[in-house]
Amino acid sequence: MIRIENLRVELPGFALRDINLAIDKGDYFILVGPSASGKTVLLESIAGMHKVRAGRIWLNDRDITWREPEKRQIGMVYQDSALFPHLTVAQNIAFGLIVRGRKTEQWDPQMNRLVTLLEISHLLPRKPIHLSGGEKQKVALARALVTDPAVLLLDEPLGALDPQTRENVRQEIIKIHAELGVTIIHVTHDFEEAVTMGQHIAVIGAGTIRQTGRADEVFRYPNSEFVARFTMAINIFKGMAQIIGGTNTFAVGDTRLVTGSRQEGPCWAAIRPENILLSTVLPADHGINVFPAVVAGITNKGSIIEVKVDLPPVMTCLLTRHIFDEMDLEPGRSVYLTVPPASVHLFSG
Amino acid sequence: MKSQERTDDKGERPIAGHGMVWLFALLGTLILLFILVPLFKMVFLSNKDALWNALLDQETLNAVWLTVFAALIATGIGFLLGVPLAYLFARYEFPGKGILEGLIDLPVVVPHTAAGIALLFVFGSNFLVGRGFKLVGIQFIDSLAGIVIAMLFVSVPILITSAKESFRKVDVRLEKVARTLGASPWQVFSRVTFPLAWRSILAGSLMMWARGMSEFGAVVILAYHPSIAPILIYQRFETYGLAQAIPVAAIMIIISAFVFIGVQALLRWRGQND
Repeated sequence: MIRIENLRVELPGFALRDINLAIDKGDYFILVGPSASGKTVLLESIAGMHKVRAGRIWLNDRDITWREPEKRQIGMVYQDSALFPHLTVAQNIAFGLIVRGRKTEQWDPQMNRLVTLLEISHLLPRKPIHLSGGEKQKVALARALVTDPAVLLLDEPLGALDPQTRENVRQEIIKIHAELGVTIIHVTHDFEEAVTMGQHIAVIGAGTIRQTGRADEVFRYPNSEFVARFTMAINIFKGMAQIIGGTNTFAVGDTRLVTGSRQEGPCWAAIRPENILLSTVLPADHGINVFPAVVAGITNKGSIIEVKVDLPPVMTCLLTRHIFDEMDLEPGRSVYLTVPPASVHLFSG
Repeated sequence: MKSQERTDDKGERPIAGHGMVWLFALLGTLILLFILVPLFKMVFLSNKDALWNALLDQETLNAVWLTVFAALIATGIGFLLGVPLAYLFARYEFPGKGILEGLIDLPVVVPHTAAGIALLFVFGSNFLVGRGFKLVGIQFIDSLAGIVIAMLFVSVPILITSAKESFRKVDVRLEKVARTLGASPWQVFSRVTFPLAWRSILAGSLMMWARGMSEFGAVVILAYHPSIAPILIYQRFETYGLAQAIPVAAIMIIISAFVFIGVQALLRWRGQND
């Protein structure tokens, strides 16, 4: 329902280039990337706030590339809510109705439905300054949805919230998506948020889309060093892929790993740290990709422990605290690493 | 000391007091006395009978009313033409913007008699603009129109600067959100931007009005008659001496003080509502 073709937007000191995206009706689409990657600019371009230099934006097969923002049927919620500070919550929510010439603030059925759904009826007479961060975001959501937009754009909607409120607002957004079926494009820099909320995701970096696909696909099979690093694959190595006797292998230094990816020549490998198994004794059913190694470093990350082991190369793996305590690891200790071939993902660039 | 208890914009308290703070307080007290003593003496220690007589004197009343009225018209014109310009300055980048912003403030620094001469050069009946206005019955020498343009010229930078700053403080994203909610650019301006900026703009307008009322140099070149209050003060001083000038001066100081209190109240009210 939203189709973006070869979009180019130029701002002072920054440009979006060759943006191609297709987002289905009712999808929960996540646009994820590091800061200053162009996420917000792309979102604002969809909303009609930047001049398009080239390309097209289609909404429900209508070309909206040059359409004014107020005629696009696209709602927007910013990270810090951007509520109108001089208006009450009720006036904020009704803003879209009032500028369309509707007199009522109180009895619009869509407004009532949203206020009930988001449980914010008690906030209606208040001014935004008297709301908490989570309440502000709920009001901003209601305001954006009251005019029944075809697409809802969320710019880091959980970014400014404390962890507990974030979870609460996250649930509200999921509820709204389920109840109203509105197409959502959600921008975040947090890959974990992207994977947990999005059906489809696009990774953006330096003004271009680096990879699109189902969230778990992008997570498991990054197509570039940029995406691999951004998705915290952590173990990313440059090496040589070879097919030896029908077996796909990847060599980094003197270590040769069997891999599930079929590729030949110089390339990259990404191995997610949670897929690497660590043991203090040689695994009984040891087969392929089992290597002796030495513990090089231990970092306590609270509920999980990050352990660096040197084969070489140095690989990072993650242990739960319980397992870590049982293994009694310390730097310099000899261990065995098992790297399942399916978790060695190869890519070219 | 009170100043030690104040916090900065981010709520941070300053480092605890020090001998330097007392020295600064002493120097500050000197400049405060320098400003306040003449003003207070004029208002509170001038001859009450003379002040009362001045209030009943038709010439004085005419001059005060003319001053207030002309400055009000100047402020109205400044508002109508200056506020849109301030919005453009606050929101958009365009070639030469920096130079234009600087030039707008020029009337504040040029000698005001020079400003009066410059205006005369353009609006005098021997010159094109002046002749154009004369065709529609407006002439600027020794007239209300002349007083108004002189006041406008020297005081409009205050309003433009104040409006520009207040528009800048309005978050652009509020305007963006309003557009996505279906508001046209006009609706965004009238329902979001202006309602959020109007108190500072009004405060700027009041300051412009007060500045216009106090103008002497530019007005005296264009319109010695009819006399506005600052010119009347000068005439009385020149002709009759200090005693006759004080009552008119005291009235103008009182009016200015009221405008100033109004501005402060507006800004404080805005502070509380933010």
